[in-house]
Amino acid sequence: MGIFDVFRKGLQKTRDFVTEGIGKIAANIGIFDEDMLDELEMLLVQADIGAACSIHLMNKVRGHIKQTGDASKEAVVATLRQEMKVILGQAKPLNFQKGRLNILLMVGVNGTGKTTTSGKICARYQAQGYKILLGAADTFRAAAIEQLTVWGERTNTPVIAHQEGSDPAAVVFDAIAAAKSRKADLLILDTAGRLHNKVNLMDELGKIRRIIQREAGEAHVETLLVIDATTGQNAVSQAKVFTDVAEVTSLAITKLDGNAKGGVALAVAYETHTPIALAGLGEKLEDLMDFDPEAFVDSLLPQ
Amino acid sequence: MALFEGLSAKLADITAKMRGKSRVTEQDIKDMMREIRLALLEADVNFTVVKELVAEISDKCRGVEVMESLTPGQQVVKIVHDSLVDILGQTNSKLLVSPSGFTVIMLYGLQGAGKTTTAAKLALMLKKKGKKPMLTSVDVHRPAAARQLDVLAKQIDVPCFIQPEESDAVAIAKRAVDRAKYLLCDTLIVDTAGRMTIDELMMTELKQIGKVVNPTEKLLIVDAMIGQEAVNVALGFDKEIGLDGFIMTKLDGDARGGAALSIRKITGKPIKLICVGEKVDAIEEYYPDRMASRILGMGDVMSLIEKATAHLDEKKAADALDRLKKNQFTLEDMLSQFEEVKKMGSIKDVLAMLPGMGGKAVPDANVDESAIDRSQAIIRSMTIKERQNPGLLNASRRKRIAAGSGTTVQNVNQLIKQFEETQKMMKQFSGMFKGKKMPNLGLGKRGFPF
Ligand SMILES: Nc1nc2c(ncn2[C@@H]2O[C@H](COP(=O)(O)OP(=O)(O)OP(=O)(O)O)[C@@H](O)[C@H]2O)c(=O)[nH]1
Ligand SMILES: Nc1nc2c(ncn2[C@@H]2O[C@H](COP(=O)(O)OP(=O)(O)OP(=O)(O)O)[C@@H](O)[C@H]2O)c(=O)[nH]1
Ligand SMILES: [Mg+2]
Ligand SMILES: [Mg+2]
Repeated sequence: MGIFDVFRKGLQKTRDFVTEGIGKIAANIGIFDEDMLDELEMLLVQADIGAACSIHLMNKVRGHIKQTGDASKEAVVATLRQEMKVILGQAKPLNFQKGRLNILLMVGVNGTGKTTTSGKICARYQAQGYKILLGAADTFRAAAIEQLTVWGERTNTPVIAHQEGSDPAAVVFDAIAAAKSRKADLLILDTAGRLHNKVNLMDELGKIRRIIQREAGEAHVETLLVIDATTGQNAVSQAKVFTDVAEVTSLAITKLDGNAKGGVALAVAYETHTPIALAGLGEKLEDLMDFDPEAFVDSLLPQ
Repeated sequence: MALFEGLSAKLADITAKMRGKSRVTEQDIKDMMREIRLALLEADVNFTVVKELVAEISDKCRGVEVMESLTPGQQVVKIVHDSLVDILGQTNSKLLVSPSGFTVIMLYGLQGAGKTTTAAKLALMLKKKGKKPMLTSVDVHRPAAARQLDVLAKQIDVPCFIQPEESDAVAIAKRAVDRAKYLLCDTLIVDTAGRMTIDELMMTELKQIGKVVNPTEKLLIVDAMIGQEAVNVALGFDKEIGLDGFIMTKLDGDARGGAALSIRKITGKPIKLICVGEKVDAIEEYYPDRMASRILGMGDVMSLIEKATAHLDEKKAADALDRLKKNQFTLEDMLSQFEEVKKMGSIKDVLAMLPGMGGKAVPDANVDESAIDRSQAIIRSMTIKERQNPGLLNASRRKRIAAGSGTTVQNVNQLIKQFEETQKMMKQFSGMFKGKKMPNLGLGKRGFPF
């Protein structure tokens, strides 16, 4: 299955929802009047695109209709498609290269899929011949280390870990040292879930980020903020605060295979302009895709 | 300091324009309903619920007489708040207990919602109440899921039955029941794997486990950060297994938690408890009025309004607000504020009720009520001119005032400093009034259509 098919499958229900919605709205005549545009706006909000972003999109749609006089269903969908792609920007996959030390710091609020995504990323680069290390910097949550260790076993990757309850910064320190001495290509650091309004936990993360800078200033560092697609508008403040504290370079949107309509990807991109690098589409090792804005939008909207 | 964040600020903005009117007009209601609608959507309340709710609220607002003690904005806030509390249901919905003496609590939810953590929290809570709970994990899917529960169980010293090597969830469930009965436990808490309601295989597994353990209490664990899908998730689980209630988790975050409202409105099932942290004791009783304030983003504004209804002189407050917005807050205003505060009761109580304080964020600063008396005495010893223009207060005037009020020059200096600080704060606050508006709807007068 190509990228497009996987997205299509993952976002099947969303597309059905949007297609059916648009179909219903424009059922009789296939031309949008003002009331129908309002209904379309609601449809966007229901997909978690958020009020601000939905209003923006609809302003574009209305502007286009005014300009061209074309209010056909096709034209409306085309404008939406176009503007959604503008919001999501260019594809920006992780930029790792073999032969240098790449460090990936996984951050996010509780339960979004950091550990699982770490395992998936590990599998992907393993297959490309990278020498990888996993660092278990979540020393807080019960059995978080065991969970990461299972992923280590699944992918045949060594896991650098201390005991539960120990200082995560010390784990990071050791993991970097190990990555250097073993000449690893990629070090993936799994951190504990933390709510962005908890000052002490965010300070701890800031400290981790600084240690990476200090100990591996020459390494290529990316910080991946993992966002659960089921999340509502809180995702926007997650993205803002984590970016301030940990220099987030891109986002991973997980659980796109599930109940969520996935519109939060647009809400976050609209408000923060942080590129989305990855999409999580299941709980298994292989359920990870590069986030492709084109494919995402195309599978969101009717043809 | 985000004193007046959220809906109250926006409504204050709108109603500032309607002061002096005795009745809320149709256009006022429209404007306010737009803000309410946006506030609820931003709080992730499901849009269908928002639509119905806004229709109900605007009906209630029509023709309401403006109370002397409240601004129309406050009155609308009160109507909105009351409507929300109505839907949000009751506090204190007890966990069900089986008449057989053996109660089974089963937890369901999406991946990562907080089931395992909540299972341990429930066990600790029951144990503290003198029950004899046992925990079990039938999560055969997530790596180290059973281990996670086991670690937590050890922390709280509650028996836990796990079989990490077994891949048949139903078989584990069966053995867990036997074990719990054998250990003479009165409650079995079953932690299940996270799943999507659209995953038919996984939903079938739940039913099979249910047949074996025969749950007394079927609880859906809902992450407070969840978006518009909350309703479908709740309906999905309810349809497949029949829920008895909900537990909201991660309310220690800053998500508004609109899902609570959607779920209550759509399913009518009770919210039994809330979770407010990762630690095993972070579970609390649920209070609908607090949840309503949270969703509206306004602290315990209601209690404040209620107190104000009894005490605050609306005209004076409005005038102060007016000057405040024009940045003309004087010592005179400060004096009358002191009077109002004393009428309302303890300062600490009042502070805690201000929006943005979250009802609890007030540091335990010992507020000295006698300091207020002293401050009042000082201001009263000033001439009217001095009260309006503190710039006049040179050293000799300060000495005179200290003597006149039976205080020291140091006290006088302190008060003036306090005044200047308040003024500075007010400046920021009035800036917020002017600057920070909701994103312009830009849709002419249509806005959201519901
Ligand atoms: N369906 C689906 N489930 C996922 C996906 N990614 C993660 N999960 C599940 O979500 C749950 C939480 O995943 P974790 O990887 O433990 O999340 P985390 O962010 O590490 O959690 P904490 O460390 O506790 O903050 C697990 O049950 C995962 O199997 C995904 O893309 N799709
Ligand atoms: N801050 C905070 N974190 C919580 C709360 N409840 C659970 N968590 C955290 O959320 C994450 C997921 O919790 P789990 O209990 O593993 O969730 P789960 O539903 O069992 O997850 P799966 O079994 O993977 O579906 C962990 O990091 C928990 O520590 C809460 O009330 N507040
Ligand atoms: Mg983790
Ligand atoms: Mg679990």
